[in-house]
Amino acid sequence: MKTVRAPRPGRRIGAAALLALGIAALGAGSARSAAAPLLNRPAPLLNRPAPPFTRSDLAGKTLRLRDYRGKVVLLNFWATWCGPCVAEVPRFSAWQKRYAAAGLQVIGVSMDDGGAVVKRFLRRTPLAYPIVLGDARLGRLYGGINGLPQSFLIDPRGRIVARYVGELDLARLQMQIKALLPRRPG
Amino acid sequence: MKHDARTALATLCLMLCIYACPGDALAKHLPASSIPAAMLIEPAALAAELKSAGRAKPLVLQVGFHTLYEEAHIAGAEYAGPAAEEAGLRELGLRVKSLPKDADIVIYCGCCPWSHCPNIAAAFDRLRSLGFTHVRVLHLADNFGADWVDKGYPVASAR
Repeated sequence: MKTVRAPRPGRRIGAAALLALGIAALGAGSARSAAAPLLNRPAPLLNRPAPPFTRSDLAGKTLRLRDYRGKVVLLNFWATWCGPCVAEVPRFSAWQKRYAAAGLQVIGVSMDDGGAVVKRFLRRTPLAYPIVLGDARLGRLYGGINGLPQSFLIDPRGRIVARYVGELDLARLQMQIKALLPRRPG
Repeated sequence: MKHDARTALATLCLMLCIYACPGDALAKHLPASSIPAAMLIEPAALAAELKSAGRAKPLVLQVGFHTLYEEAHIAGAEYAGPAAEEAGLRELGLRVKSLPKDADIVIYCGCCPWSHCPNIAAAFDRLRSLGFTHVRVLHLADNFGADWVDKGYPVASAR
């Protein structure tokens, strides 16, 4: 697991918090693009603290969601069998590299029926962020992961500010992430 | 600027490549669009059918991935998959082996948007090739969550 510094309070965090509400409101129609998406279906988790969890990632390191407090977290539920998911993950990996210093952390939760196929996938397509294996329990904790792809945007205070179901408008999501980052991207 | 353009182009090429051949499970992907429209049943119709009294219920099979079945599935549905993999198709074959060829069967998946589903057409194709004549396919346009769970239709979970 990456060592993460505690959040550094700053004006950008405050501004990000103010933006969160706007982003949540935007979400209802925002990621619905011609490409398909269903966006932000009503979710009881919206504007609530992200449910905490601890898992081992596929590299064997312990991942605790709470350790990422102070960062913007993109929590992406995906699977190797999901075409739209595997189309998105290289972009998320690029964002992780580009915005890590500004406070972004992407976390992938694979809903595959086992880790072997995910490890094979990662050998072909390395991702610059940790992947944990999900299951029904974690899915229920996040309001039901009954279809993929599905992602949650979590602000530096640990609140879910947007939930995305289906294929994403990645350009819009990138703007939303940048607006929440606690530090200016380099 | 040039560097950004090159990076964007490289990312696009990588995404297209991966999208075309995403994972092991999708190697023999049959598109859901290959299923004849006449064989489809919409969620509202199936929910009404399952709710109606005095009528024999179809055998409902989830032919997708087990993690999703475990989390939530149509009440009364059995698991027989994943049909994107040969082992899953064997499971499906074993489940229906003793049934008459005119058995009323409904299959569904809903793992991801209809046009991307790696399981549903493969399962339909296998059942038809085994000689089953009354196979219907639940049309889940977006996914099982959006088109079934969120509509309030009956759901069960495996624990």
